[in-house]
Amino acid sequence: MTSLKGFFRGKTAIQPIWIFVIAIFIFFSFMSEYFLSLSNITNILVQTSTIGLLALGMTYVMINGNIDLSVGATLGLAASLVVGIQPLGLTVAVLAALAAGIVIGAINGLIVWKTGVNAFIVTLGAMIGVRGLIFLYTQEQSFYATNFAFADFGASTIGPIPVLAIIFLLCTLVMHLVLTRTGHGRNTFAVGGNPEASIDAGIRLGRHMMINFIIVGFFAALAGVLLASQMGAATPNLGRDYELWTITAVVLGGTKLTGGYGSITGTLGGVLAIGILRNGMNMMQVPAFYVLVILGAILISVLIIDKKLNAPSTKEVRI
Amino acid sequence: MSFLSAQGILVFFLLGMVVFSFFSEQFLSQSNIMTVVRQASIIGIIAVGVTVVIIGGNLDLSVGSLLSFSTVLVVDLHDKIGPVNAILLMFALTLLIGAVNGFLIGFMRLNSLIVTLAMLSAIQGLVLIYSGGQNVDIANQQGTWFAFFGRGYVAGIAVPILLFGLLAIVVQVVMSYTGYGRRIFAVGGNPMAAVYSGIRKNWCVFSTYLISAFCVACAALVLGSRVMGSQNNVGQGYELLVLAGIILGGTSLLGGAGSIWKTVIGVLILGFIQNGLLLMGYPYYIQWIVTWVIIILAVWLDLANKRKRLLTTHS
Repeated sequence: MTSLKGFFRGKTAIQPIWIFVIAIFIFFSFMSEYFLSLSNITNILVQTSTIGLLALGMTYVMINGNIDLSVGATLGLAASLVVGIQPLGLTVAVLAALAAGIVIGAINGLIVWKTGVNAFIVTLGAMIGVRGLIFLYTQEQSFYATNFAFADFGASTIGPIPVLAIIFLLCTLVMHLVLTRTGHGRNTFAVGGNPEASIDAGIRLGRHMMINFIIVGFFAALAGVLLASQMGAATPNLGRDYELWTITAVVLGGTKLTGGYGSITGTLGGVLAIGILRNGMNMMQVPAFYVLVILGAILISVLIIDKKLNAPSTKEVRI
Repeated sequence: MSFLSAQGILVFFLLGMVVFSFFSEQFLSQSNIMTVVRQASIIGIIAVGVTVVIIGGNLDLSVGSLLSFSTVLVVDLHDKIGPVNAILLMFALTLLIGAVNGFLIGFMRLNSLIVTLAMLSAIQGLVLIYSGGQNVDIANQQGTWFAFFGRGYVAGIAVPILLFGLLAIVVQVVMSYTGYGRRIFAVGGNPMAAVYSGIRKNWCVFSTYLISAFCVACAALVLGSRVMGSQNNVGQGYELLVLAGIILGGTSLLGGAGSIWKTVIGVLILGFIQNGLLLMGYPYYIQWIVTWVIIILAVWLDLANKRKRLLTTHS
């Protein structure tokens, strides 16, 4: 028989966030007759895919012991680029947008690696600066997609399942495998858990950090491209505050800000929890304002539960 | 030379002022400087409080939402229960939210980044529930003395500037010359050692969030009175601007070090960058890109400087 403590620490197969996801799923299925339908469930997946893609990259960076506040701005830049460059061809536009995300991730990673400045500060700066780049590029204008294939892509389905949901789930699977089955994944945990020990073990700390920042930049750009195709447009303020939602989802999923602990499956649970809450409460016609309060309350409750269960083993958490 | 490297950010600040003054005649005029300081005063007032939290070893991301909350509250209540009651109630409720932050972080010992992130979302929700998603304003804008805080002048100096200056001086004195201030530094620098030397760490952390909330309430007073109305998300993004100012001033996010004086300089630098670039004819968003570069350069140089000093003292 497994102990409750071990269970909540994620030592058993099912993570606590998934219990929560299943609980609210059952709850909303009873509360709203429209909730439990294939179209609504795929709808939730599409709605969560944006924050979900950001959260995949963020999980890597946070396990690595860093944080990235610039994901929202990077998403906005990629969205503006992919819509703005469309007259030159769709492939060029998508590649340029993804490249922009990779470059911003690489810049963040390189600065964190080479200067040793705290990632919180580096990416806070990037968050402000990249937003400036968006305004500089767009001249404060919103762009509308002129290429109909692009807007159609965002609404297309394979069978009954939207393409955006499939892309999100595929990315989740790949990122889960990379984190659990490859050397890079293992080293990411090692660096986040104990940087000194991993240097002593011969792990090249800076490179892994940089790769993870590139990963989060890439996913932010991908999320931007997909969001733009969903809306058929891009606004300069797109993605504002997304970094806060993303961090909320990742923390809900059990990843620790101190680094060295976390999982993609947990993050998927965190993202779905937020998505189901928002969607279900909409279905119950609760004003969207209440979701913000409830989400805050849940996040704090998770922290308290975690503290009570792990009290002796956690080190003091500080940024 | 050691003085110069210790005050690197101040030197940088003065250099920047000289450069800007070459490009624009109005830049160094008294009225322009006053305008900049006045614009920076709201972020500055909040930054004073957040600096105390950071010195105590924690973060406060909820100040932006809290600013929305307090501003909406004081503006909305002004017409309903009169200015005096509105201000008192606003201060009480803002301090209450600060106390909730302080309780969760000081006594429950939860991670400050996540708690204040959760509070950021929860408080924003509360504002929207309270206002029903509507913006609020004061009906009779001419016939109330409430305008004093945002638009008034005392001895030729704008009230927001006075309030900013007064708060900065009082808090700086408290932090440098009182036992309380030293205890906050001790708690931020080494919590374990602080506890072993008999400092009540939990109360110290709790109190820093009260100070932060008090400063937000003062900022809300200025903001509400200046605009005589409020959007329900007026403080959105302030938490990060405030942090940018503090970081630029050179206060370490690790806690146990920093000063209000540095934060004032940092906030003013942000203000003068904005103003100087605008006077030189650049669009407003260029300042964001410049801020990005300056934040990273400033922190990097500061860090390199500290490493060098560490090496010379050890060898």
